[in-house]
Amino acid sequence: MGLRVALTGNHAVAYAVKLADPDVIAAYPITPQTSIVEKLAELIDKGELRARMIRVESEHSALAACFGAAVAGARTFTATSSQGLLYMHEFVHWVSRARIPVVMAIVSRTINTPWNIWPDHSDFVDQRDAGWVMSYAMDSQEAFDLTLQAFKVSEDPSVYLPVMVGLEGFIIGHTAMPVEIPDENIVKEWLGERRQPYVIDGSEPLGLGGLTFPEDTEDMFYHIQEAMNNAKNVIKKVDEEYGKLFGRKYGGLVSCYNCIDAKYIAISMGAWSGDLVEAVDKLREEGYPVGALRIRYYRPFPAEDIWEIVRNAKGIVVFDRAISFGAWGQIYTDLVAGFSLYTNKLPQMANIVAGIAGVNVISEDFYGILKSFIDKSESGTLERNYFAWIKVRR
Amino acid sequence: MVKVVKPPRNDKLPLTRPVIGVAGKTGLWRNMKPLVNNVKCTRCYQCEIYCPVNAINVEPETGAMINYDYCKGCGLCMDVCPSGAITMIPETGE
Repeated sequence: MGLRVALTGNHAVAYAVKLADPDVIAAYPITPQTSIVEKLAELIDKGELRARMIRVESEHSALAACFGAAVAGARTFTATSSQGLLYMHEFVHWVSRARIPVVMAIVSRTINTPWNIWPDHSDFVDQRDAGWVMSYAMDSQEAFDLTLQAFKVSEDPSVYLPVMVGLEGFIIGHTAMPVEIPDENIVKEWLGERRQPYVIDGSEPLGLGGLTFPEDTEDMFYHIQEAMNNAKNVIKKVDEEYGKLFGRKYGGLVSCYNCIDAKYIAISMGAWSGDLVEAVDKLREEGYPVGALRIRYYRPFPAEDIWEIVRNAKGIVVFDRAISFGAWGQIYTDLVAGFSLYTNKLPQMANIVAGIAGVNVISEDFYGILKSFIDKSESGTLERNYFAWIKVRR
Repeated sequence: MVKVVKPPRNDKLPLTRPVIGVAGKTGLWRNMKPLVNNVKCTRCYQCEIYCPVNAINVEPETGAMINYDYCKGCGLCMDVCPSGAITMIPETGE
């Protein structure tokens, strides 16, 4: 029923935004995000998208412009990467704490310095405490689907939080694959009209973000935490609906590959999960009972969903493509904290930090790391859980 | 089009609506009091525009009227008045 076209991840995001029919787009160019808003500008110019493109002088202004338009009742979108995301960070908090639905694509790129345009997850995971729902795609099709679903999740009254969709620059952002674009009318009916908790359009005097006493402020933040919990169910419901309407269902906050009978489970997020799946296939051929679990939503963090899947596993290897300097990979940190709420005995675990600064990690690397972990675990030589930063050089 | 739909649990939102005097009658803070000479007043509205607490109302008939319940006596109106129609006198509390 849909149209299949070859799209880069960035163009897939742009076409998903087009289908969501936004009113306002504001962005500042930055590699590797730029081709998203270039495509949107082109669609506006051709008259295929009726939206206002606000050209701004910085990323801080880009999100501020989207925020202002969204408060006034507009469906809005912006996209950025790395330094741009860091520069707009103040408004990242403004939008979520004001409970205003906005959708933003993050085309991941390593944070400076030194100057680097290759992808790791450092820019994306850096936003984890900001109160945005955060999803991360594995390929162009998923980038498309997550972007379209982001509008639905963001504008759900039990959520009312902005949503970030992550995808790796170049690896996904600039390589093409066939992407199915669903029918415009079905999308329109499914997505419905823009919804938000309040509108400031001049029709009544209303102030936003005025000085508020600590107790009331704390209540508002507590409600953001509750909205995050609600988001878990909304995301699953949206995934189900989307699957029924458009034929692609991913499994909610996480996606599993060969997990059911797996004794060992590898956990990852983003593009390299494809390489991990290839490694799992090869290990399965050799008789290793291993599966791959992919995190699709990083906030709200799906600790409970993951625990349900891995609770009977003997060992877990967590791959992080970012590092919290002085600590560990961010996903591992969240997982261990999350698991500790469901058990007082953690399974055997390893945290592998790799692919930092865009270093290419391929299926052979995953194969070697997993095989070594499983062999040690099976032979009883894995004395304790461990962390390792593996620098792949070839 | 946009539809305003409240969150199901009626979440607290960071919104404020204008109300009069939540801090009480702030005129009590005043130690200098503005007096208007409405013969000199040209109804230019400068004092009404500049008053930081919205306590001045200029009408064509009456000239500048100061709401002493909320005027804190900052003297800005005297500073911006181009015709010298406002003077500040010590507050006696009467």
